[in-house]
Amino acid sequence: MGIERHLNDTVHVTNLEWFVNWARKSSMWPLGFGLACCALEMIATFVSRYDLSRFGMEVARPSPRHADLMIVSGTASKKMIPAVRRIYEQMAEPRWVVAMGACACTGGIYRNYAVVQGIDRHLPVDVYIPGCPPRPEALLDGILQLHAKVLREQSLKNPRITQVKVAGT
Amino acid sequence: MNQEAIRDKLASRFGEDVIQAAKEFRAQFSVTVRPAGILNVSHFLKDDPELAFDFLSFVCAVDWYPNTPRFEVVYQLYSTRHNHRFRIRTILEDSASGPAAVDSVTPVWPTADWHERETAEMFGIKFRNHPDPRKLLLPDNWTVHPLRKDFPLEGTEEHTPDLPR
Amino acid sequence: MPEIASQIAEAGVETMEINLGPHHPSTHGVFRAVVELDGEIVLNVVPHLGYLHRGFEKTCENKHYHQVIPLTERCDYMGASSNSLVYCMCVEKILDVDVPARAQVIRVMMAELSRIFSHLFWLGTHGHDVGAMTPLFYCLREREEIMNLFELTAGGRLMPTYLRIGGLIRDLEEGFPEKLRAFTDHFDRRVDEYETLLTKNAIYVDRTKGIGLLPLKDAVDLGASGPMIRASGMAWDVRKREPYCGYEDYDFDVPVEYGCDVYSRYLVRIREMRESNRILKQALDRLPDGPIRAQKAGVIFPPQEDIYTRMESLIHHFMLVVEGLKPPTGDYYQCIESPRGELGCYIVSDGGPKPYRLKWRAPAFVNLESLAKMSKGAFFADLIAILSSVDIVLAEVDR
Repeated sequence: MGIERHLNDTVHVTNLEWFVNWARKSSMWPLGFGLACCALEMIATFVSRYDLSRFGMEVARPSPRHADLMIVSGTASKKMIPAVRRIYEQMAEPRWVVAMGACACTGGIYRNYAVVQGIDRHLPVDVYIPGCPPRPEALLDGILQLHAKVLREQSLKNPRITQVKVAGT
Repeated sequence: MNQEAIRDKLASRFGEDVIQAAKEFRAQFSVTVRPAGILNVSHFLKDDPELAFDFLSFVCAVDWYPNTPRFEVVYQLYSTRHNHRFRIRTILEDSASGPAAVDSVTPVWPTADWHERETAEMFGIKFRNHPDPRKLLLPDNWTVHPLRKDFPLEGTEEHTPDLPR
Repeated sequence: MPEIASQIAEAGVETMEINLGPHHPSTHGVFRAVVELDGEIVLNVVPHLGYLHRGFEKTCENKHYHQVIPLTERCDYMGASSNSLVYCMCVEKILDVDVPARAQVIRVMMAELSRIFSHLFWLGTHGHDVGAMTPLFYCLREREEIMNLFELTAGGRLMPTYLRIGGLIRDLEEGFPEKLRAFTDHFDRRVDEYETLLTKNAIYVDRTKGIGLLPLKDAVDLGASGPMIRASGMAWDVRKREPYCGYEDYDFDVPVEYGCDVYSRYLVRIREMRESNRILKQALDRLPDGPIRAQKAGVIFPPQEDIYTRMESLIHHFMLVVEGLKPPTGDYYQCIESPRGELGCYIVSDGGPKPYRLKWRAPAFVNLESLAKMSKGAFFADLIAILSSVDIVLAEVDR
């Protein structure tokens, strides 16, 4: 743009919505919600080889009040799902959910009485990452797609307010 | 002590009214005990110095629906002193009033506590004199017994819902 | 003031009940415990399980014998190959099938790699629970190397699903023995690094010595096995006492400690990693040539080359996939030494293509029974150290 060139590209001019989105996606703190086997690959993504902290996300907070992104990694059993819902309700807006692994997306190989057939029956999921377990590269790809989604959001004109789903819908 | 000798010792110590049958498959022996005698046999298996079965690997049940009697409870034993294994089983009589029941072996092997709790909730078997007969793995408000053969794998919306009502 | 003193005496002591979990950074998964506290002293711990109950045993009753293998691997996801080992061995015993020598040695390699894999993660998270953040990153670096090896075998980093009933799915890739040898050559020095961080660290010793005592009699009564019972003084290792897969030919020691506390369990697991490395080196030296799967028509999958060239093999393969194998009627209990203890698989076969009953004797489930006994009278912070020393994997506990 014109004014940036005049100031020798030391200034970046943009709109407030882009700025807010950029700030949100650059330091999105994950809630380490490791339920089962996918948690091991999530932890592998956090440490040195795949290094999630390149994307500003190494601060994995155990408390949902501090977290922005809930990575549901692993199988949600029917006994656990009320706790999952309650934890999601405690997260502050804006909040995003990534369903990591086949069990979180659709129930996985467990199609039986004890497993919730996909956590999108209860939570609004933003990105689905298939795999059993998905490779750390797949998790990184999913997270980067989420970042791209956040950059595209109309966060000021149409701020997102998300809720747990009413039982039975 | 090899498994045949263990089986013979049991058979000679307890008569026909306690020991119902003996089976062998691929060199593993198992003895069927009548449910009334399970505690006596358990005490003998643990206390006898030649047998010394001090370690209970697991307690589980098998559902032979639609045959009657329906439930069979299996106990897998190991002796840490003599390094031999054995298996005893008991076939529970169906009762018209209430669930099939057998004495709990927690006085003999305290580790049976959680195994029996899980078996009880999965099959609907009652273990008499169990110190803590609560549900272990299933949600507290479920009333069904999933590992029974007449229970569908996917569960039912009415009995195994996602959320408690 | 005497009235207040008598009021205090009348009021008595009130205990506090705290809920630990199911979402908690230190519970190694979805474990919930209701802890009754008197100030900071733990009076009782009541575990509430089932938050990861996935209906494993019932699902296995509805799958063909071969389809059960990936399900078993997800039970103990830290050392996945031990699970499929015990399951495949149980079915092979029922079918009365002998696994060829090359497959036995490769199975031993996978089992010992799984043991090191599992103990490394335990070490990292145990250190993290006790306050030592550094070992986690070191251990996960080693785990990445082992995951590279797993990937070379059958493609999966965490759950390779490499074993099949009768042997293995396919032979080792070229270059696998060299990569494994490079790993075993430097692994001993890596274990020395972990020991430098923790073994003589005064803070670590203070936090773990004398904590979580489990005397031997209680350990046997409560069914503890594996490192829990070896740290209480009993040299019981299923690989030595009831050898399987050719373990009687390998030269290794069984580490035993007599402290019965969290520190002893740490020492036992560190030494087990070294012994596993010894076994890996011997397995590499004695790797024979030969087939990697038994041959038994109608029961074991024929070799890939035969399926493409011979009619009977094609038909057998087709029937096996569509109808499943049909073992004789009977029941069998097979147990191995998994990283957590005695892992057992009890299968009741009724002659059909699906297991009539599959009971999974999970060592973590039984070891967890001793948590209440070990934590009575301990400080609340020590409860976390004791819980991590039990080395639970919730998928195995809840199945």
